[in-house]
Amino acid sequence: MDKMPKWADVVLIPLISLILATAISALVILGIGEDPVAAVKIMVSGALGSTLGWGYTLYYATNFMFTGLAVAVAFHARLFNIGGEGQAMLGGLGVAVACLYIPWPHWSLALIGAGTLAALFGAAWAAIPAWLQARRGSHIVITTIMFNFIAASVLNYLVVDIMRPKGARDTATARFPDSVHLPTLHELLAPIGVPFSKAGPANVSLLVAVAACLLIWLLIWRSRLGYEIRAYGHSETGALYAGISPVRITMITMLISGGLAGMMAINNVMGEAERLVLNATEEAGFIGIAVALMGRSHPLGVFLAAILFGFLYQGGAELALMTQIPSELIVVIQALVILFTGALDNMVRMPIEKLFVTLGRMRA
Amino acid sequence: MMDFIAIPVLDSAIRLSTPLLLACLAGLFSERAGVYDIGLEGKMLMAAFFSAAVAAVTGSAWLGLLAGIAASMVLAAIHGVAAITFRGNQLISGVAINFLAAGLSLLIAQHWFQQGGRTPSLIGGGRFAPIDLPLAQTLAPVPVIGPIYSDLLSGHSALAYLAFLAVPASWWVLYRTRFGLRLRAVGENPAAVDTAGVSVVGLRFAAVMICGILCGVAGAYLATALQAGFVKDMTAGRGYIALAALIFAKWRPWQAMWACLLFGYLQAVALWYQKIDIWGLVIPVQAIDALPYVLTVVILAGFVGKAIPPRAGGEPYVKER
Amino acid sequence: MTGISPPAIELRGISKAFGPVQANKDISIQVRPGTIHGIIGENGAGKSTLMSILYGFYKADKGDIFINGRKTEIHDSQAAIAAGIGMVFQHFKLVENFTVLENVVLGAEDGRLLRPSLAKARRILADLAREYELNVDPDARIDQIGVGMQQRVEILKALYRRADILILDEPTGVLTPAEADHLFRILDNLRAEGKTIILITHKLREIMETTDTVSVMRRGEMTATVKTSETSPDELAELMVGRKVLLQIDKAPAHPGRTVLEVRGLHVRDHQGVERVKGIDLTVRAGEILGIAGVAGNGQSELLEVLGGMRSGAGTVLLNGTALALDGRGADGQARRAAGIAHVPEDRQREGLIMEFHAWENVAFGYHHDPAYQRGLLMDNAALIRDTEAKMKKFDVRPPAPALAARNFSGGNQQKIVVAREIERNPDLLLVGQPTRGVDIGAIEFIHKQIVALRDQGAAILLVSVELDEILSLSDRIAVMFDGRIMGERLPDQTDEQELGLLMAGVSGEAA
Repeated sequence: MDKMPKWADVVLIPLISLILATAISALVILGIGEDPVAAVKIMVSGALGSTLGWGYTLYYATNFMFTGLAVAVAFHARLFNIGGEGQAMLGGLGVAVACLYIPWPHWSLALIGAGTLAALFGAAWAAIPAWLQARRGSHIVITTIMFNFIAASVLNYLVVDIMRPKGARDTATARFPDSVHLPTLHELLAPIGVPFSKAGPANVSLLVAVAACLLIWLLIWRSRLGYEIRAYGHSETGALYAGISPVRITMITMLISGGLAGMMAINNVMGEAERLVLNATEEAGFIGIAVALMGRSHPLGVFLAAILFGFLYQGGAELALMTQIPSELIVVIQALVILFTGALDNMVRMPIEKLFVTLGRMRA
Repeated sequence: MMDFIAIPVLDSAIRLSTPLLLACLAGLFSERAGVYDIGLEGKMLMAAFFSAAVAAVTGSAWLGLLAGIAASMVLAAIHGVAAITFRGNQLISGVAINFLAAGLSLLIAQHWFQQGGRTPSLIGGGRFAPIDLPLAQTLAPVPVIGPIYSDLLSGHSALAYLAFLAVPASWWVLYRTRFGLRLRAVGENPAAVDTAGVSVVGLRFAAVMICGILCGVAGAYLATALQAGFVKDMTAGRGYIALAALIFAKWRPWQAMWACLLFGYLQAVALWYQKIDIWGLVIPVQAIDALPYVLTVVILAGFVGKAIPPRAGGEPYVKER
Repeated sequence: MTGISPPAIELRGISKAFGPVQANKDISIQVRPGTIHGIIGENGAGKSTLMSILYGFYKADKGDIFINGRKTEIHDSQAAIAAGIGMVFQHFKLVENFTVLENVVLGAEDGRLLRPSLAKARRILADLAREYELNVDPDARIDQIGVGMQQRVEILKALYRRADILILDEPTGVLTPAEADHLFRILDNLRAEGKTIILITHKLREIMETTDTVSVMRRGEMTATVKTSETSPDELAELMVGRKVLLQIDKAPAHPGRTVLEVRGLHVRDHQGVERVKGIDLTVRAGEILGIAGVAGNGQSELLEVLGGMRSGAGTVLLNGTALALDGRGADGQARRAAGIAHVPEDRQREGLIMEFHAWENVAFGYHHDPAYQRGLLMDNAALIRDTEAKMKKFDVRPPAPALAARNFSGGNQQKIVVAREIERNPDLLLVGQPTRGVDIGAIEFIHKQIVALRDQGAAILLVSVELDEILSLSDRIAVMFDGRIMGERLPDQTDEQELGLLMAGVSGEAA
């Protein structure tokens, strides 16, 4: 029989990991002479206390939903895609190309076009490591790391040396035309009479991200392809037996993963900056790892974890403004979440499993 | 063309190779024992900060070095606990450690020094001074050998010489000692080591801690020898380049040195030239930046010789019947 | 003599539980020094657990160990080695890219430096080779020598550590009969030198031929310890199983029909490029079971894998007269299923099932493209669960719970899920590999009956098994594979274990 009920696995263990990460972070805050309770208050009010705060929280969450899903999908095929960062950078390039060089009549068409190109660019960037893994057995973790650096160099070259307007001082492309401006939550909610801050960068991409969560759920848990992906992830020899091609699954999964990471660009590049800035991804590709781990690779979990990290990022920025605590605190929290939900999973899990086994015996 | 092999460029190459080499050897010990380590970057960064911080406060580069090693070893111990004791995912643990170092180093730097995440610039004894090799002055005027000896090989810090001495030392430990035999065995087949009555956990921890020490020296070199103090993200991906070099070297010490020299040289070229013009063909500097990564992918792809990692690499050891 | 000296090993009241499973229950035995003591029992009877406790891999929950009359605590392998115990595991514990010498020395070095240890080991190895017929090239790399040699290295490792007590766990599983005979000669030599040997096996023949005493284990308990000379295979079999075993299955004579499978000149290479199947020809007709006998590792697995679409090969394979693709597109498991081949794979846990999947997900495994399991673009889980319930009922899977993960079923019930899935497809050809490995007796009978029933419905069945008993009782025709070739074909009622054993050892049929 199973050692513990499913709810303990999907809810209790991530929760305990989160509490551990929070507790240690509180100690860190104490260590640098600040008050953790006050810090939490500032974070909550800064990130959730106003529609402006929500506007930022949801903006970050949108990024993390895309990158979190990207990592989660790959995890189901037992592929660790650390390359979300590079794929998101390429996605940004796709968005910039679509928005700068194609005249779009309406933002909705631009969103479809730019989103498609972003996904294609991201997927293409994932395709090479995927092919190398599937055909040549090159470890995908290492190749995707390498591709992050190569992506940074490619973007650096293209943005700085090629796409930057003559004489411009910023390391960025020209602004996108107004016709591709994506409606913000303020613009979306105003017609139905819901007031929302004008300044918050959350935009229609959020809806795309939520739709992506739903689609990925259907894909993984309800579709034949998802069945094959999960089967391959659990057992490669099993997949061979069942006639599921490892090469095909590795390729398709990584293309979906890279596409999702690339899609992030509709939020940060198209929705927020409205031009392609160097380092536009701001490590969201890596935060996706924490989000996927925290969310147990389940789209609903990813959705919730993305909002949690959106809160942390916005709250952390607020902290840096209001106190002496640098925003890097959030990086520490993120590291601890990855550590506890990912690498130290057994440390949290084993005592709980023991507890449930004991409880089960007492009941029997 | 001759510019690319000019003494100053080669001298930079050696300086830039040194941290790569230390980190690469660090990774070599860990991965040869079957523990993947993509947290080289984080350990170096943490060591860079603590060595610079302690050196700034005490004025002693050597005390800084010790502090850097200690900080790096703490992170190595976390990796060991996660990857060995609790049999967690080694790659995820490495990712976590990189973030932990990136966040904590800046957090503490800001708290201690209030200089926007830097340490004060190191002066005097806070830095490792260049060491002149014997007869460097005397030999300087001799053609060819003179510049190579006194300008290229002489005048590096103690840590740089230590790094290059670590190459034969690592080779000797791995291939000529009992510890080395067991370490290589545990990376290939831990069950063989276990049934032979040797502790897998003990060996792997030893390897991970050696990795911590070497990363500590690498970080200290960055902050107290190559540069004069800690700045944000000063490792700049060197941990990953070291990883790339390790694969390039197929997990062998001497080859690791050549790989690091090559990658260090590429960094030096990127540093000295904005555009590289080879017979009219202009190569953007970004291409040189990306070259180590591209080369590693090519090696990994097995188009130029196959890089076969230690067989038990990445797998936590679970006793089986 | 033997009355005076204390037993080399004495176990008193050893118990060990893994969670709710009681692997060893209050086990006591005594092994006299200088004897070969057999421990026999079915898979899962607790033999390996007991030996792992003796070698310090597990700690017993209860009980004491006495070595040469002295109570000894064995908390790890180091302690076992110090107590003079050496173990040859079923799966060798060798470092593949090390030399023989390095493997022997590993963990038993004399000092911090390697060179003197290696030199000393080289001398001692030469002595041991002379003494016990244990010749191995000390400088050969493990991955370049055969399994028989590798096993000798394991024995040498134990002897180098001055083991007086040697435990061998299923040592002949991977050996040819000739290699096995050599091994038993070595064991005789060791006994003559006063070493004590514990031989764990499930093969009655080995017990009868080589041991002095034998202990029988069943379901974690020691059911008897007897002198080998005073017992018989029938008695041991009954002690092992707990009741009279049906060695012969009730089955009507076969009525072979048209040719279903025809294999001509099939060659298969493994992933390292080594040729494992070296040009074989065979046919299987409707309504007959062709059994492939052979020692594990002689190409049978690869044969099944090629036919099942898990591996590519070269040659001609005709199914109902139509050629099957053996490479590239159209040569995968999906294409095979579409052509009418079902496959009960050799390793149900790694191949036949996804252990983390629900039983109902596993019932679709390999047939997940079946339109009956689809609704629009998505999978029809409700239909799958209904189908699973029906199959579980028909094949008596316990518990009949479709939502339970595969890993939570016993070995026999896991195999029933696989067999149900494959047989219920009414295939033209059923490939069956080791159908009863790790399966309890009750389920073995059930599974054998299902296979025979499918035959009687007119399916062609290709059975691969390393269990000669199984081959002899199930097959209508027997082909013996050795070194990638078919050594000969026999009819079960016109041959016996001895003749098949010779063929399995590569002694050609015509010569034998």
